[in-house]
Amino acid sequence: MSATLLLVQGLNGLQLGILLFLVAAGLTLVFGVMDFINLAHGVQYMLGAYLAAAFAAWTGSFWLALLCALPAALAFGLLLEWLVFRHLYDRDHLSQVLATFGVILVLNQGVKLIWGAAPLQVPIPELLSGGVEIMSGLRYPVYRIAILVTGLATAGLLWLVVERTKIGMLVRAGATNAPMVAALGVDIRRLFMGVFGFGAMLAGFAGVMAAPILSVEPGMGDNLLILAFVVIVIGGIGSVRGAFIAALMVGLIETLGKSLMPDLMRLFMDASSARQTGAALASMLIYIAMAAILAVRPAGLFPVRS
Amino acid sequence: MTEGHIGRRALIAGTTALATTGLSMPAVHAQPAAGIKIGVVAVLTGPQAALGTHLRDGWLLGMRHLDGKLGGIATETVVIDDELRPDVAVTKVRAAIERDKVDIIVGVVFSNVLAAIMRPVTETNTFLISSNAGPSTFAGRGCNPFFFTTSYNNDQVHSVMGQAATDSGHRRVFVMTPNYQAGRDAVAGFKSRFQGEVVDEVYVPLTQLDFSAELAKIASARPDAIFTFMPGGLGVNLVRQYRQAGLAHIPFLSTFTVDESTLPAQGAAAEGFFAGSTWAPNMDNEQNRRFVRDFETQFNYIPASYAAQSYDTAMLLHSAVQKVGGRLADKEALRAAIKAADFRSTRGNFAFGVNHYPVQDFWLCKVERRADGKFQTATVRKVLENNVDRWAAECRMR
Repeated sequence: MSATLLLVQGLNGLQLGILLFLVAAGLTLVFGVMDFINLAHGVQYMLGAYLAAAFAAWTGSFWLALLCALPAALAFGLLLEWLVFRHLYDRDHLSQVLATFGVILVLNQGVKLIWGAAPLQVPIPELLSGGVEIMSGLRYPVYRIAILVTGLATAGLLWLVVERTKIGMLVRAGATNAPMVAALGVDIRRLFMGVFGFGAMLAGFAGVMAAPILSVEPGMGDNLLILAFVVIVIGGIGSVRGAFIAALMVGLIETLGKSLMPDLMRLFMDASSARQTGAALASMLIYIAMAAILAVRPAGLFPVRS
Repeated sequence: MTEGHIGRRALIAGTTALATTGLSMPAVHAQPAAGIKIGVVAVLTGPQAALGTHLRDGWLLGMRHLDGKLGGIATETVVIDDELRPDVAVTKVRAAIERDKVDIIVGVVFSNVLAAIMRPVTETNTFLISSNAGPSTFAGRGCNPFFFTTSYNNDQVHSVMGQAATDSGHRRVFVMTPNYQAGRDAVAGFKSRFQGEVVDEVYVPLTQLDFSAELAKIASARPDAIFTFMPGGLGVNLVRQYRQAGLAHIPFLSTFTVDESTLPAQGAAAEGFFAGSTWAPNMDNEQNRRFVRDFETQFNYIPASYAAQSYDTAMLLHSAVQKVGGRLADKEALRAAIKAADFRSTRGNFAFGVNHYPVQDFWLCKVERRADGKFQTATVRKVLENNVDRWAAECRMR
């Protein structure tokens, strides 16, 4: 494998990592601050993509769609919080898992009723539709570079908000010891609601950004949710910084593993079984990495609660 | 959608009650049928529901063209949603046969569902006519006198692309499929007729979202063409990312990856990409023109092969019921009547082989933009004529 190809694969890995981060950031905040397991986070990502598709079809512009989809995703997140989730904060994790799993089923079926089961598409905005030739014969779409940049900007912004503002301080405090924060006179319910709405909007944003390169279809968030959980567990639940590092790690391991494993296996076995074993091993790699990291650091890379 | 509304618990309760009172099995069709009941099995929930919808709507259009009568006998359609879960399919199909007294079961999109309901249906001497799933399991030694399929044997479609690649003079082909049984079968099928070199085989997880790592590999391998089998959403992602990565100048040969069920989401990204198929909406025969025109009017989308095969199934049964004069209880006669395949298929050529799988032509198709801006597959050239699947010789039915 040539050095260029390796570099390209590194770039691909980073980009997957950034997309994962956008989904995982909201999840880790909600899980960390509110101690609330929200399996429905993936469908909020899906909803963002569907809203983008609907608004893009309606307005004919990706930018208007983005502008409309974000508040809509936020509003829907708040509605869900008010309807379902706030009644679950005091329950144990099992009830939360059951109820939010129910929300997944309802929403997956719901988008199918409204938009049909066939996948939808969102066109890439004209402005970002070009490509840069990064190795001979392969164009790297400008849109993917835009995802990278947006993701990094979001990460920076989140870091600023969480580390440098009063709200961020409350969020961090809430993640460490919520009852104590409430005892100090902070309306913890409102803080929770804000965090939840923001998390839902982040997931929706990831959905909007992913819509032009991935197919928009019912259940599209389910696969990503599993990866997002791996990310927040590796990163340390509740830690935005941890989620960022872990997301990039998972993205890189996944992508490089996929492209290197089959070649690596060929050193030990014949070509056809190397391909299949390599592919199978590559898809296990991130879980192996997770297990290894948890064995050394049981609370993740950047634990919030000591 | 009658079945959809009945809870599974109620179904189980119903079937056990029937079983305990001993009323379940005995021959139901003693007297000439006053009406016919057909169970249509299709996946209508979950990510693959679009395919089941095509299949169901194709059947419904067939029944509409027949005025709701098979062979002149009023026919009721019972739609069964298999949810793509074999256990659910078995429960629902059993209930349809034992409680609803369904005469014939048709439909089935996925092979794993077909495999699950195969014995429960055929052991009650009920005919099972698959209008899509065509696994090799039931084509050779496992062929069954009560089973027919109006689609194809999966291997054939993949091998068509192997033949097409050879015919087009592609010498170096890059192969990529999902890492599960059907994916590996696709590679084997392709290789069975491809005479050039397979530069690399890549297997991706079924849950794959982003293909950029594989696309970089393809670019660096510089093949003459790629062959891929990426059903459903996988194909939508691959096709769009392939185009975005600027690889579209490398011919894209595929099976079950670009068709009318995925083209609405792939759109212009799939234009000029190739598919192997037994049918395409542009096939020029009277039966097909009427089918496509009325289907679009009625359901407001372009039918895929799932719909065409399902429509053919309705026409096939119509011809068979007519032949036996409505006496469905005479299984031998009904079997002979179905096997005669005395109907006009949307595909033109159609006959059954010894194993009850079709003997038919296979085509290389290409995605094109229609005058109205929508996308569909269109035939490019016939690749195999009157092709018999390679399992037929092992079938002991004569």
